[in-house]
Amino acid sequence: MKGRDQIAERLSAAGYIADGELATAISLMQLLRRPLLLEGEAGVGKTEVAKALASLHETELIRLQCYEGLDQSAALYEWNYQRQLLSIQAHRGDDADDIEHLIFSERYLLERPLLAAIRRDKSPVLLIDEVDRADEEFEAFLLELLSDFQVSIPELGTIKATSIPHVVLTSNGTRELSDALRRRCLYHYVAYPEVDREARIIVARVAGAGASLALQIARLVNAIRKEDLRKVPGVAETLDWAAALVGLDVRDLHDAPETVHETLTCLLKTHEDKAKFRPEVTARLLGKVA
Amino acid sequence: MSCCGAPHDLDEIDQVSGLIARKLAAFLRTLRDSAFAIGLRESQDAAALIAAGYAEKPALLRSAFKHLFSARKTDWDKFDGIFDAFWLHTRVRSRSLTTGSAKAADNPSLKTLRDISQQAGSQPTTDQIPSTDDAADDRSGEGRNEGASRADNLSDTDFRTMAEPQQVEQAHAIAARLAKAMRARLTRRDLARRRGYRLDLRRTIHANISHGGVPIRLVKRRRKPKPLRLVVLLDASGSMSMYTGVFLRFIHGVLDEFREAEAFLFHTRLAHVSDAMKDKDAARALDRLSMLAQGAGGGTKIGESLQTFNRWHASRVIHSRTCVMIVSDGYETGDAALLGREMAQLARRCRRIVWLNPMMGWEGYAPEAAGIKAALPHVDLYAPAHTLNALAALEPYLAKL
Repeated sequence: MKGRDQIAERLSAAGYIADGELATAISLMQLLRRPLLLEGEAGVGKTEVAKALASLHETELIRLQCYEGLDQSAALYEWNYQRQLLSIQAHRGDDADDIEHLIFSERYLLERPLLAAIRRDKSPVLLIDEVDRADEEFEAFLLELLSDFQVSIPELGTIKATSIPHVVLTSNGTRELSDALRRRCLYHYVAYPEVDREARIIVARVAGAGASLALQIARLVNAIRKEDLRKVPGVAETLDWAAALVGLDVRDLHDAPETVHETLTCLLKTHEDKAKFRPEVTARLLGKVA
Repeated sequence: MSCCGAPHDLDEIDQVSGLIARKLAAFLRTLRDSAFAIGLRESQDAAALIAAGYAEKPALLRSAFKHLFSARKTDWDKFDGIFDAFWLHTRVRSRSLTTGSAKAADNPSLKTLRDISQQAGSQPTTDQIPSTDDAADDRSGEGRNEGASRADNLSDTDFRTMAEPQQVEQAHAIAARLAKAMRARLTRRDLARRRGYRLDLRRTIHANISHGGVPIRLVKRRRKPKPLRLVVLLDASGSMSMYTGVFLRFIHGVLDEFREAEAFLFHTRLAHVSDAMKDKDAARALDRLSMLAQGAGGGTKIGESLQTFNRWHASRVIHSRTCVMIVSDGYETGDAALLGREMAQLARRCRRIVWLNPMMGWEGYAPEAAGIKAALPHVDLYAPAHTLNALAALEPYLAKL
């Protein structure tokens, strides 16, 4: 498939270094018009996929962050009640039908992400982030929207999609998603990147990081991930750390073992992990990286 | 659902030859037998993929199918093995398998199982348990031995008695009472609330239509009550064998009566048994359980089991309204310090931990085992429970928790 290689190229131009399979997934999204469900550990770059996708299609990214208790009025639409009430006061004495017609018109409708995503001229990328945090009822509603791409607003009628968005869902596994939603979607598991790819990500994302330093960092992070940790560092942490090292003018990890040890706070986010990583441990891992 | 594969596909795609279509249908059947959820839409999309040129290279087709057919991580992990065994066998597999897969229609489940066991010998049995009877007959020598030893363990730990109708009924009744008592409890958040939540404008306006839209009666947003979830971790080691049957019955009731419940079994390792126990077919449920419970009746590594739980299951299974119930005698054969650490970790995640200890019913028992000593500081309720009746007597305490 020619399209697939192009996608990988354009993703990397957008600053996202994808593994080969993700490019397949994105080409499938276009071909089959299905949403893409991304699962993986926190901090492996699931959300970044959607951002890269938006820049690949040169389109807008609309993001819906899910949380417990998210409901239709925060996700889909809401009437602007204050304006409606004011308007009723202002038109006091007019015909009741006219007022009703007026206040339930588009002018008084507040667009929320889901409605916004289907009313654009150009298909946007719709990112439904951490869908597992939303309630099950919301998931069912989402499923309906994703298959019909139309919304019915009782006071206004049915709004059909003018554009079918490219939908990306992410999940961290705090709750098991329903089988129905899973079946609707293409599935992609985002794993921690292998050393080479992580090094390329560092070079692409951190200004001033040389190829050899990036490779060293990627190797060390890879070794750290193999240790028994409470919280395994993700790609985001790696990038923070690389930026810190570059900022401190470290060119080679072996030249500055103390700086390396001190800046490990960028990677280790719990007290236990930090306590476990004594200078000897850092030195041992550094030795392996060489 | 399993019968919708071939004929529809044949109609859908005239670009591809009938041979590929038939082969594809057989592949879909293989996947379904491996517990992939594949319906008509997926079949059509698969055909569309082939028509769109994704079949040029095996690796590309594999990657495309993997995205299309997988629905969760376990699917994702085992897909490559199944795909390679089915499509690439001419190069990497023996001829006997080739003929087997071409006639997959006869008994696909057998074939799938064999493929997987050859392809990925390390595949953990917890992930998929196809009908065991077929499997045991046709497995290689090693598999058969394992099966036999499992069966022995099973009769020792007396899981079978849980099928007695009277006791099942009693267990369900107790679980139902417990579910009711624990459900009604208010959370601290509800008690601490004074001024209520944000104003719900939509409902406020609706409620005040009769006043001409002047908001006299205000409606506030309410939190939706979240049902309590009970997670039971049952020790199925040798020292507990007298009680395993009783508590399995209870767990069965819990899974039925609580709106949200999960069950785990542990001895030297941890197994997630909710799905197996929810099986409508009682006999099959027992079969699946016995597969999962391999090694039951031996020593106990509570600490390691909890570590597995904390690392792989806790984030999914535990939410803000979860009560974890550990049923064990606390005789840890592993590292007691590890148990202490993992209990602390668990206690940080969930505020309610109940430890039921059957041994406590014995006269003169004191919690002196190293394991229980390490765990007790993190437990909210530590109580005896050795029969269903003792469990029922706990109801008021559990309700208060």
